[in-house]
Amino acid sequence: MADFLQLLVAGLATGGIYALAAIGFVLLWQTSQTINFAQGEFVMVPAFFVLAAMKLGGVSFPVAMLVGLLVSAAVLGVLFKRLVVDPVLRHGVLPLVISTIALAIFLKEAVKEFYAADAQPFPAAWATTNLAIGTAVVSAQSLVIIAVAAAAVALLQYFLHGTRTGRCMQATAQNPGLARILGIPVERMILYTFLINAALVALASFLVSPIYLAKFTNGELLGLAAFVAAIVGGFNQVRGAIVGGLLLGVIDNFVAAYLSAQYRAAIPLLLLIVVILVRPQGLVGRAEERTV
Amino acid sequence: MAALLEVRNLAKSFGGISAVADVSFDVYAGEILGLIGPNGSGKSTLFNCILGQLAPSAGEVRADGRPITGMRPCDLNRLGIGRTFQLLQVFPQLSVRENLILAGQEHLGSMWSRLAGPHDAGLTGTANRMIEFFRLAAVAEERAGALSYGQQKLLDVAMAFMAGPRLVLLDEPAGGVNPAMLVDLRERLREINATEKATFVVIEHNMEFVMSLCTRILVLAEGRIIAEGAPEAVRGNRDVIEAYLGR
Amino acid sequence: MKLAPRARVIAGAAAVALLLAAPFGLKPYGIYLLSLWAVMTIAAIGLNLTLGYAGQISLAQASFVGIGAYTAALLTTQGWPLWAAFALATALSFAIGWLLGYPALRVQHHYLAFVTLSFATLVFLILRNEEWLTKGVYGISNIPRPTVLGWSTQAPIDFYFFCLGVLALVSAATGWLIRSPWGRAFTALRENPIRASSLGVDTRRYTLMAFAIGSALGGVAGVLYAPLVQFIEPTAFALGLSFSLLLMVIVGGSGYFLGPFLGAAVSVLLPEWLRFSEGLYLIVYALFVMILVAMCPSGLIGLAERLRRPAAIATPKPVPRDDGNGSS
Repeated sequence: MADFLQLLVAGLATGGIYALAAIGFVLLWQTSQTINFAQGEFVMVPAFFVLAAMKLGGVSFPVAMLVGLLVSAAVLGVLFKRLVVDPVLRHGVLPLVISTIALAIFLKEAVKEFYAADAQPFPAAWATTNLAIGTAVVSAQSLVIIAVAAAAVALLQYFLHGTRTGRCMQATAQNPGLARILGIPVERMILYTFLINAALVALASFLVSPIYLAKFTNGELLGLAAFVAAIVGGFNQVRGAIVGGLLLGVIDNFVAAYLSAQYRAAIPLLLLIVVILVRPQGLVGRAEERTV
Repeated sequence: MAALLEVRNLAKSFGGISAVADVSFDVYAGEILGLIGPNGSGKSTLFNCILGQLAPSAGEVRADGRPITGMRPCDLNRLGIGRTFQLLQVFPQLSVRENLILAGQEHLGSMWSRLAGPHDAGLTGTANRMIEFFRLAAVAEERAGALSYGQQKLLDVAMAFMAGPRLVLLDEPAGGVNPAMLVDLRERLREINATEKATFVVIEHNMEFVMSLCTRILVLAEGRIIAEGAPEAVRGNRDVIEAYLGR
Repeated sequence: MKLAPRARVIAGAAAVALLLAAPFGLKPYGIYLLSLWAVMTIAAIGLNLTLGYAGQISLAQASFVGIGAYTAALLTTQGWPLWAAFALATALSFAIGWLLGYPALRVQHHYLAFVTLSFATLVFLILRNEEWLTKGVYGISNIPRPTVLGWSTQAPIDFYFFCLGVLALVSAATGWLIRSPWGRAFTALRENPIRASSLGVDTRRYTLMAFAIGSALGGVAGVLYAPLVQFIEPTAFALGLSFSLLLMVIVGGSGYFLGPFLGAAVSVLLPEWLRFSEGLYLIVYALFVMILVAMCPSGLIGLAERLRRPAAIATPKPVPRDDGNGSS
């Protein structure tokens, strides 16, 4: 029982991180038909912004985190949209997928080449002690991650449903043409989505890097997790991304512990196939109209 | 006379908006049925529901007495039901002849016979006849994307007939076509209707085109049928006039 | 590219002559690069079918190359002839491609990309973990080169001609496929799946077929790859190669018959040209691809065609969300 609780908490923590990445991914897809294949690398990179700020700028960790967040917003938000997405999206969705695949390679190799090839330790913004709950020993880190991720999601949901801008963004996601007619500045709403994604991936980065260390290869598995979480939950819903992420994290941890640690990375595929066969619209998603 | 196509209580809503509500009608072999109505009355949605591009929210469609509701468009094509689209949809990179061969090839044999058989699936003759009939001989080898709009429209219609379908649903065939070619188009359609015994259902906004071509007219407004009958009768119908002009 | 028929024949003959004469002036490493180019072109031709014709992204092409390579390695190191490996690898890759694509293509269009991504991860894990079969990270070495009808391909030049021969066969077969009704259906799939469907084209079946055939060709390339490098291990068939193959098809020009040939040439030669910069070549390559896709998504061949024919009419592609109709 103690093990179970431990694994569950750890799983929810990993799942929370996956969920953050998946939410951003879904938001981009919903508002601007952007399938960002570099989402995993987007989660890998902000940690290096922070490390670079500390190493080259000599600033303290909290300041570096702020710098990291701002640079992420600028590069992974604005620059990404203006330089990568906008010029390519007019050619269609497929070329954009190709472009983001190339971007993923670029980011990964650039970090490896210009910063470091080996894993870098990343400071945690909280204590790394362990808590005792009954007979279980649960890491405070996991609890903090769950709390922070939950808070971020709650904040996001409030923003999307409770504020006017948020509702405009939702309208843009559901029907850009109509939104434009209603006077909503669609371009700006789409830009906000990119900024929100940048913030989400930066947060995910700060949460995951203390545990797995900052390494240029982090993006591969994180990206896969984000995609699968989004699909499993329900591609067209933010709620789906949350459910998918948590589920994936928990299953991943349990399988690694009880079944096979070696084939841990195969879980996403199996989960994906099962969901596609049994419930293609995802666990939470609505059945979409057949395209053809 | 048994109906070729029977539509019963067809309905389609998107979220809270009802695009088509409780539509029922029959299509008889050999007729040219016109479907008219103001913008937003649900005509294209109705077509899409009949032809499998959309799954209806309620109701049933039968062809030759067999239910075909929700069947995939490619399967419907093999039953002898074809369509054209409102927005021009030819294959711009293929030549005119290639477009026509493509339009007919899926009707013959199986996938494997198509692989093993001749490159043109034996359709060069039929394609040439179509090219003759629609007077596209001058551009037969050109890429379809290089044709004028009117020529592409003719090609589009020709493609719908390559498989020799018994029922063709035409979505605004006259849209954007200049008056001279319009006369041509109408004559072609009349001829196919007479010689190939093909039945048409035509959505159109061009009143003159519809009235001169169709044998029977249905009027759709706000997703419901509000009038039905011969062209002259419908033209003078009060409800129809009000639907178009508003109260 | 539509050159005048006479010009095409001359250009074709010149290219073939070049390919036949090239190895004689090169050192063994140069010949190895040429052979590698031939092998990668085969894999890229397969991916071109999937991506360029059926419009689907596969991130598992390297996995099929790996399946082919390991099949060849395991069989030939046990004394089986290479043609047996060809037969088995092709059948296996085709079947797996079919099984993989079937659920993925029942749903939305872009799911195949994610399914193949996950599959690539799974295959890598199997290759690395199942040591009893694949010898894991230690790899399989001393893979023999075949003897074809009494002619030994042990020497680099001889093996190169063998690769060239297989490439010629694959090209001919693919060319025949493209000209057949299936090829027409594939083109229709890519250009306008909605219209194609209304004309009776079973889009699901054809897309699946294109993907399965494309994967099978990946397997064929793998069978050739094993005796070329004579030592294989799992990391060679990881996502990196899948990305590489994808970029090859894009850079060359997806959907064009000659695209894979050109793309593979760029991809194989680029690391050599950028040798001085070591790790930078991937960064340069990726940047190049991003710029190319933004400016000319139809790749280098598309670019060349556009330069030759500036007045070519570009018909706007229907955006996937549209059901092909306006409002009525």
